[in-house]
Amino acid sequence: MRLAVWILVLWVVCSWVSADQPVRFGRDVLPILSANCFSCHGPDESERKAGLRLDLESEAKRVHATGHPIAAGDAAASLVVQRINSGDPDLVMPPPDSHRTLTAEQKAILQRWIAEGAVWGRHWSFEPPMAGAGIPAGSAGIDWLVERFLSERGLALREPADRYTLIRRLSLDLTGLPPTMSEAEAFVSSDDPRAVERLVDTLLAREEFGEHWARMWLDLARYADTKGYEKDLGRTMWPWRDWLVKALNEDLPLDLLTEHLLAGDLLPHATDEQRLATAFHRNTMSNDEGGTDDEEFRSIAVKDRVDTTLQVWMGLTAGCAKCHSHKYDPLSITDYYGLYAIFNQTQDADRFDDAPTLELLNESQRVRRMALQGRQSELRSRLEESRESDAAGDDQGWRTLMLQRAESQGGAKLQSQADGSIVVSGSRPAEDVYTLTLGLERGSLAALRLQAVAGAGAGVEGVGRNPADPNFVLSELEVELLVGGQWQRLELVRPRADFEQVNWPITGALDGDFKTGWAVSPRQREPHAAVFELSEPLQLSEPSELRLVMRQNYGNSLTFRRFRWSVHGGPAAGLQPLQSSEKTRGLQAELTAVEQELSGLVSGVARVPVLQALAADRQRETRVHRRGNFLDPGDQVSPALPGELRFGFEAGESPTRLDAARWLMSAQNPLTPRVWANRIWARLWGQGLVETEEDFGALGALPVNPELLDFLAVQYRQDGWSLKRLLKVLVLSRVYAQSSDVTAQLQQQDPRNVLVSRGARYRLSAEVLRDQMLSVSGRLSLKRGGPPVMPPQPDGLWRSTYNGQKWVNAEGEDRYRRGLYTYLKRTTPHPMGTTFDGGSGEVCQIRRIRTNTPLQALVVLNDPASLECAGGLAKWMSEQSERRVERGLQRALIRPVLPSEVAALERLQRDVQQVFAEHPEQSVALLSGARVERPESLSESEFAGFIVVASTILNLDEFLSRR
Amino acid sequence: MDPAIEWGLSGTRRHLLRTAGLGIGAMAVQSLLARDGVLPRGADAAVTARPALLAPRAKHVIYLHMAGSPSQLELYEHKPELQRLHLQDCPESFLTGKRFAFIRGVPKILAGQFSFRQHGESGQWISELLPHFAGVVDRACVIRTMQTEQFNHAPSQLFLHTGSARLGNPSLGSWATWGLGSLNENLPGFVVLLSGGKTPDAGKSLWGSGFLPSVYQGVNCRASGDPVLYLSDPAGIDRTTRRRMLDTLAELNAAEFSRSGDPETQTRISQYELAYRMQTAVPEVMNLAGEPRHILEMYGAQAGYVSPAESADDPRVLYRGDDPTFANNCLLARRLVENGVRFVQLYDWGWDHHGSSPGESIDETLPIKCQASDRAIAALIRDLEQRGLLDETLIVWGGEFGRTPMMQNNVRTDFQKGFVGRDHHPYAFTMWLAGGGIRGGLAWGATDEFGYYPVEHPTTIRDLQATILHILGLDPQRFSYFYQGLQNRLIGPTDEARVLDGLLA
Repeated sequence: MRLAVWILVLWVVCSWVSADQPVRFGRDVLPILSANCFSCHGPDESERKAGLRLDLESEAKRVHATGHPIAAGDAAASLVVQRINSGDPDLVMPPPDSHRTLTAEQKAILQRWIAEGAVWGRHWSFEPPMAGAGIPAGSAGIDWLVERFLSERGLALREPADRYTLIRRLSLDLTGLPPTMSEAEAFVSSDDPRAVERLVDTLLAREEFGEHWARMWLDLARYADTKGYEKDLGRTMWPWRDWLVKALNEDLPLDLLTEHLLAGDLLPHATDEQRLATAFHRNTMSNDEGGTDDEEFRSIAVKDRVDTTLQVWMGLTAGCAKCHSHKYDPLSITDYYGLYAIFNQTQDADRFDDAPTLELLNESQRVRRMALQGRQSELRSRLEESRESDAAGDDQGWRTLMLQRAESQGGAKLQSQADGSIVVSGSRPAEDVYTLTLGLERGSLAALRLQAVAGAGAGVEGVGRNPADPNFVLSELEVELLVGGQWQRLELVRPRADFEQVNWPITGALDGDFKTGWAVSPRQREPHAAVFELSEPLQLSEPSELRLVMRQNYGNSLTFRRFRWSVHGGPAAGLQPLQSSEKTRGLQAELTAVEQELSGLVSGVARVPVLQALAADRQRETRVHRRGNFLDPGDQVSPALPGELRFGFEAGESPTRLDAARWLMSAQNPLTPRVWANRIWARLWGQGLVETEEDFGALGALPVNPELLDFLAVQYRQDGWSLKRLLKVLVLSRVYAQSSDVTAQLQQQDPRNVLVSRGARYRLSAEVLRDQMLSVSGRLSLKRGGPPVMPPQPDGLWRSTYNGQKWVNAEGEDRYRRGLYTYLKRTTPHPMGTTFDGGSGEVCQIRRIRTNTPLQALVVLNDPASLECAGGLAKWMSEQSERRVERGLQRALIRPVLPSEVAALERLQRDVQQVFAEHPEQSVALLSGARVERPESLSESEFAGFIVVASTILNLDEFLSRR
Repeated sequence: MDPAIEWGLSGTRRHLLRTAGLGIGAMAVQSLLARDGVLPRGADAAVTARPALLAPRAKHVIYLHMAGSPSQLELYEHKPELQRLHLQDCPESFLTGKRFAFIRGVPKILAGQFSFRQHGESGQWISELLPHFAGVVDRACVIRTMQTEQFNHAPSQLFLHTGSARLGNPSLGSWATWGLGSLNENLPGFVVLLSGGKTPDAGKSLWGSGFLPSVYQGVNCRASGDPVLYLSDPAGIDRTTRRRMLDTLAELNAAEFSRSGDPETQTRISQYELAYRMQTAVPEVMNLAGEPRHILEMYGAQAGYVSPAESADDPRVLYRGDDPTFANNCLLARRLVENGVRFVQLYDWGWDHHGSSPGESIDETLPIKCQASDRAIAALIRDLEQRGLLDETLIVWGGEFGRTPMMQNNVRTDFQKGFVGRDHHPYAFTMWLAGGGIRGGLAWGATDEFGYYPVEHPTTIRDLQATILHILGLDPQRFSYFYQGLQNRLIGPTDEARVLDGLLA
């Protein structure tokens, strides 16, 4: 075997050396320079050695003090050539400690290139794609290019696959579901010369099309149904998934789709649908772990948006530019943070409630809400007036205390108002302790009153500072009196409040326990008051001071927003916290009813996290994060598109996300059309023309057939970025229709089919496997959209910390929905998905690397979901009047089957039937696990035999493969 | 070179790798190809970029991770100065410029809550909570000066096990099995065992294969239900029936291969056979019933035990010192290593003792957690030793960071029984290594009198990662995988990591 490899190597090397094509910079030279030279002589200024850049023509061809790196046309005079050939370990390049070495062939290429004039160019993917002259349009162009490519290598297109294979291939590729055998028979026997095209049109028009192709997008979008990280709590993202399916079915062109996804909210008169589209970039994770810094995880989310955007559209990896300039591609650290600054201007901030969110109301809900909101604001203002007049009466005997000094442990600002109330503003810590010093006149002192003032202010309507939950929790209250220069603790008794939240009574504020306290939900939007009596009334002969410590330790910023303290001289016994007139109480009741209806209206409504731009005066300042550390800010950067990757696109002063979307899709951008054409190709052929779908940069793979890639890129763009039209062109080609069977000779010449010398054959994805199995079993539900579902998974998998959410195996049709709808928990995806290379939705997944493992065998053999499918197929077989096994096999494989195949399965059936006949309890157990009833015509052991045959069929390599 | 032809070449290589399965055979092929200088390209490019192996000092790793992070000041760090300053305000210098998860304002110094004695020939100070470990302290090298860059659980666990605080990188066990392969073709090379009732905070990503092929991800073997998901045949399918099914499958798949010629079909046939063998091999190795009584007792293990804590919403209220779950996992770790598993990773949740309730306190919970693990860990060391396996097995013990010398003050400012806690402390904490390649009886590094900062041999997570790879015979600097434009390494892109030569035997 080792010898064989050597022979291959020699053959390859010889074939190259004998080629007498001129050396091409982008294809031949740049990859050598990138991999071996640029890490020290490239774009990254911090790592650059000897002040030499080899990535810029002007620098490389300039005469330096140490010599002339590249003397065009004169290899011997070029420092580069001297150094790569040097025998001195101190001089040779690359240096020995870099662990990089150039092969003799690579050295020869560099020398020949310099000798031939050192003609410079850009990396191949940064040059505009060229359609090439004389190539027929559409599918014929693909055939023409591939045939020419193959014939240059002594190969030709394979004969077309038979019609049965073709309809199964088209159905699986376009809709993710197999055809039925009767659809196949109709297609095979059709004499319509345009039957294939009609079939393709039908498949593209099915709603299953959008469901299938959405899966590709969900991987790119790192879609999941939870927030990620430690707690990994649920999150409503499915309306975005449904939007995506719809957009694909409507064939929203990629340029518009891009604008919607990245900047739907910035479009003029943005609709709810356009805003919903921006949830694409809210699929980033949020960290709810206690004690984490929200800003840290917000900045990680913004970086993820930059990285994902560059990956999905431009096929560029930006990971390294977070910490230092890219070593290989023209993306400096400043470029990176310029893009970061564009994405840094949205309101989301790793908050627990995932704000801002979009409420998805239907039309009648919207109308009703508008009416209720009008009534609500009217009632509120009337209520406020009524309360003011009540307050005049309430205040009899109460003296408002004036603030002298105030301190907030969390750094908030406390300011006294003319009405004696104290307004809290500025920094908003999760917990706070207010320490107030208040002036006290002489006289008697029997009780204190705390009034929490409600009303709008700082974007909050309520008594607390957290806009999402304007409640407060007074964990503990301590009062001290200044007596003769000493603070003396006053004991408070008989506290009473106008309202207490369940389990949060006012007594909790005086019990010495910081975990208890007074709170007022669900009435946090109304004013409240509490009265505290002194255990012993005091008589002050001198003015003095009171010191109050208001501990608010609950967290989540449940702290007072505006409040007032007053004192009463007594007697204290009859004092009430708040007196409301009948009118006030009536208005309050009506308002409560309106608000309840409002909250009922929206409580069942999905709230989806979306992008929402910060107001112009609240834009964040962006600084470079040195070494990627958000706590180590460097130079300030403005929003900007990366200089060398703009490709002439002009975005004006301060580009927005919308400008970024237009840049990505601009006619000058050479990367987006190539990356996308390659991606769509890869979804059909199982691998891209550029295998590294995620990297079109200097270190990515080269395209196998560059002319074909460019042809497709130009085709996609010129055809208005229509995915359906591109797919139609691809699948109607003869290249697509080739048989996937491979001869020994072909296997030798093109072992992985990278030359496209035959049709593609590969194992189906997790979702298509599931859907196909369900479809063949007759159990598949085609119910569309809505919240994700929980098909069976083994017990005990979900055990995230601080998360009580449970996996409850679905019953009824939700048990058998398409794989697209399976609940995806980031830290614990469904095991079938993981086993068959599905992702976790944690980061953007450009492609799934296919594996072939024993764990996959265990899933299809033993997973109860697989067994239920076998049960369904067995039932279907048993209901056939004749040739039951044969028909079952046909139903799965969608082709006429051979007698030998049927015979093998029937032998199996007979053998195991005997085992079951001897062990009736095993039949019962198997039928129960397969969730299927025995037909009356069959004995239990006979039917158990059918289940075993069905399970075997579902495990056939041919069934698991697209071919 | 003609890229199209180069493709073909890489395909040949890939095909060889796949048909060779997961065993050591695959790895031999990889290093052979690396030597032969076949050029890398594409997803598995790094397979050929593999450096030559160093001489390995250990073949296996058993990593005992105490998720939540135990307090070093109650276990390994004897600090009389804390006793003297107990409940006094913490010096300002410890607080300025520091970020804590929960501490606010000026906290109080908290004395070590348990007594210490010197043990072994090496005379190391060990807490009364670890009487069994004290007996094997001369086999271990205790590192007192670990430092990490993260102070929240999930990011810190990720950083420790994958080399990055963000998701998407392969874990230590994946790196090791990718680099070295498995020594038993019927068992996964990287096995994960959980206890404590919850998955560690960072979840499954801790044993994910990241950008490495998914066959290298850790396989979570479970105490209840199937030890490997879907391992059991469905009820009603006995071994005879299953064998007959697989025979028919192989026959039909072979026919399909003769038509289609796709080598993946052949691989699938062999993977179904491997699955069949795993169905016997895994339950065998996971079944403790065959262990002699004195071995079970030595660990404190109990065959077949399933703790109620493993399915509770809040397992902490069910913790008991005599719960054998962790002990069972230690014994399983020995059995797995004995059977050629390369990397065994234990996670025990429930070591996050902030003091916010008696279920998560230093004074009440920590002794229970120690009781449930101390005996088993000492038994694991002795048992491996008596089987001659300790020399070839590296044992690692530790949390993701340490705990502060100060009492945590966000819930209570006073010292109260059942509420004694410490916050997260990334600046100095204790881990220990034992077994293959390790100098036993060594205390590595020293901290100041509060245990706040290292004063000698500060040791980073990167150093630890480099040292573990080195012990396995992998050069940490050169051991890398090409992905997304970078030669990705466990030790990260910078060259700060040092192999800790001083603690190698």
